[in-house]
Amino acid sequence: MSQASHQQEFSNNSNVDSENALLKVSCVGFDYDNASILDDVSLSVGRGEFVALVGPSGCGKSTLLNLISGVLEVREGSINTNGLVGRAERLGNVSYMQQKDLLLPWRTVAENSRLGLELNGVNTAESNERVEKLAELFDIADVLDHMPWQLSGGMRQRVALLRAVLPDNPVLLLDEPFGALDAITRRSLQQWLLNVLATADKAVVLVTHDVDEAILLADRILVMAPNPGRIVADIEVNVEAITNSTDISTSPEVIQIRTGILDLLSRQEAVR
Amino acid sequence: MNTSGSIKKALIEWIPAVAVTLALIVAWEVLVDVMDVQHWLLPPPSVIAAEIGDSFGFLMKHARVTAAETLLGFSISIVLAGGLSSGIIWSRTVERTVYPLIITSQTIPIITLAPLLIIWVGTDITSKVIVIVLFTFFPIVISLVAGLRSVDQEMVDMFRTLGASPFQIFRKLMIPSALPNFFAGLKVAAVVSVIGAVIGEWFGSSAGLGWMMKIAGGQFQTARVFAAIVVLSILAMALFAAVVATEKWMLKKYPPTANRVIRLGDS
Repeated sequence: MSQASHQQEFSNNSNVDSENALLKVSCVGFDYDNASILDDVSLSVGRGEFVALVGPSGCGKSTLLNLISGVLEVREGSINTNGLVGRAERLGNVSYMQQKDLLLPWRTVAENSRLGLELNGVNTAESNERVEKLAELFDIADVLDHMPWQLSGGMRQRVALLRAVLPDNPVLLLDEPFGALDAITRRSLQQWLLNVLATADKAVVLVTHDVDEAILLADRILVMAPNPGRIVADIEVNVEAITNSTDISTSPEVIQIRTGILDLLSRQEAVR
Repeated sequence: MNTSGSIKKALIEWIPAVAVTLALIVAWEVLVDVMDVQHWLLPPPSVIAAEIGDSFGFLMKHARVTAAETLLGFSISIVLAGGLSSGIIWSRTVERTVYPLIITSQTIPIITLAPLLIIWVGTDITSKVIVIVLFTFFPIVISLVAGLRSVDQEMVDMFRTLGASPFQIFRKLMIPSALPNFFAGLKVAAVVSVIGAVIGEWFGSSAGLGWMMKIAGGQFQTARVFAAIVVLSILAMALFAAVVATEKWMLKKYPPTANRVIRLGDS
């Protein structure tokens, strides 16, 4: 009963777009060394929604993820992830996969994967069970007792992603997760990520400078521009049309979106 | 076949080291003989070896005393350095307070302090342990602080996003990351700890290799002084080897992020 009234209150205070938003960024700015890194950035991501941030380097994409995850303090504007407003309470409650895999060289794959659970007091038996449950899906079941140096780049990224998602937070941030991989591994991991996240019901934010990656993975693409970092376009992607097309890179849908985004990005270059 | 091959390879690798040492010993022996140097001025290796054989029991008795002092001082240094570096890492206030004191402690000429220590705390093991700690905790603190600071900031951020507390970051990330630096400092400390013990003994004691050298030196029993030096070197090398073995074992368990051995000369 009380939950229902709370729901009522919540929807009264928010507009239709952010009603189901798990992540809500409102008018966020960020300065560093007197330079404006981000200016008036607002976005919201709903449950089960996958949003990609595309933009040239230096447009503050990674800074935005650091602000959302709580690594950096929000001084201008506000960020709300599933009701968590303060930086300290967001730390540990937003899943964040950084650019580098950052696997600890002295821990096995299983030990690396369960790090987040271990830090939050989940006992070893239970966290191992949760790792094993997902190991098959993450295609690392055979290497759970391997050390990181024995793994390929693609495998390391999968372990890093498993470590990020195991705490099962509603918001997942991905910072160029496949940036360091070769083209073939990259393609197969992108396809795999879609399958992994299909049923996860999370709000996902992916930072990438690969436009095709954004089109393939995201439901919505936010195009960012630098100096200061800001969002200049919000583009819907028709997921059905794209995943059903046999060759992604040549489907007319994709070409149209890609041309639009590249046009936007090159216009930013010209202004600079 | 394989093991005998690798033993053979190891022997070949050690040939230069053994050859150089032997050549130095032979040159020493020959030069003392040819130049007709008095043995109380500089005894040849053969005389030193004979002295070691003659007074082996006596040497061992005093080596045990020095070894005990060294191990105690070295262990106290490690604990002290561990505490100090953790404090320095933890708080800027501790760093500002402790660092000047640590550096001041290193500017005190220990030669002048040692006789005073004898007056203050007596001639028992305490004065030697204090001298050893003064000699050894500095390299350990400096290397440990550098090691703890060497941690990758992105790793720290990753831990924080997983909800780690500062103490968890310290224990599960910073300490393992600090190990290579820590052992570098420990190796320096292991060798100088033996010198600390000898200096401590020199200024007031009734046993130990330092005491033995002082007494023998005063009586121009130079061969005995050298015999004590040989035993002392072996002691230092044993401690050094123990540190290296521990380092190997620990770094196998906690491999550093970059664990390549860089040696420019080898192919």
